[in-house]
Amino acid sequence: MSGSDSDARPDDLRSAPVPPPGSDEHLRGPAEAPIVIVYADFECPACAALHGRLYAGAVRVCFRHFPVRSSHPRAWPAAAAAEAAGLQGRFWEMHDALFADPGRLEDPHLWARARSLRLDLARFDADRRSDAVSDRVRADFRAGVRAGVVTAPTAFAAGPDGAFAPLAIAELRRLLSLSR
Amino acid sequence: MIGAGTPVPDFVLRRADQSEFTPGDLEARTSVLVFYPFAFSPVCTDQFNLYQEVLDEFAQRGATLYGVSCDATYSQTAFVAQLGVTIEQLSDFEPKGATCRAFGVLHEGGFPERALVIVGPDRIVRWSYQAPSPGDLPGANLIFDGLAAG
Repeated sequence: MSGSDSDARPDDLRSAPVPPPGSDEHLRGPAEAPIVIVYADFECPACAALHGRLYAGAVRVCFRHFPVRSSHPRAWPAAAAAEAAGLQGRFWEMHDALFADPGRLEDPHLWARARSLRLDLARFDADRRSDAVSDRVRADFRAGVRAGVVTAPTAFAAGPDGAFAPLAIAELRRLLSLSR
Repeated sequence: MIGAGTPVPDFVLRRADQSEFTPGDLEARTSVLVFYPFAFSPVCTDQFNLYQEVLDEFAQRGATLYGVSCDATYSQTAFVAQLGVTIEQLSDFEPKGATCRAFGVLHEGGFPERALVIVGPDRIVRWSYQAPSPGDLPGANLIFDGLAAG
């Protein structure tokens, strides 16, 4: 992911601007629409409520993980499941399936979703427990912390200068209502 | 509120086991006092959940976090137990708000402002921050900024 300080250590958690979308990001929405970076958690009710409106066409969403385990114990495994599905080309399908039923995120529920998406289950399970997937989720989370994200959902939109700044929920709702 | 370069004032807070926590307990370590309005309130809940998530990062930088509120120790204990948070809580219940007042973070409503104070091993404040309002949650990034600034 791009946007990190050139002199920052890998474990640096000091303040830094939210990284703009990089080449390996999860992006969805019209190519010409304004980009909104959303930090979300699959166990978060507010994120699930927002999900239904985010992809109606008004914005291009860059989805990043922000799982906070003490408040949502299954958020991290759900994030890992989404990334593992992504390694088989089915990130968005798993993303939608997770938000469709955020109360069912235990391992059997994740496997059921993987089966319904016709994923290679052995590979899915290995990937979701892998260091690579964990590193990906952790990188999203740490970038969010550095950008001042404190809870999910948190959104950022580009200003006139192209830099991404926090977007108040009211403003996000206004942006989303433009598609109706 | 108290500013960087200022020695911590005299104070007495109460640990969960009812023992006292005083300036002497800040010696030889870097401490982050997390003043917060009320146990079980939504913003305070989010705050401690977030800080817990990066607690090992604070520890790697030699910093120990303490939550400080005017709630009784029993309330604080129940609060962190419900959250599954291990950040030690210190009570400013009696006399109510005395330590908050000494640090300059007592809200006119009689509860702590949402504030962060980093104290060095010499009991000198290294960095401090008060949120614009009790409803504003200071990101963990601010604490890391403060630890780096000292």
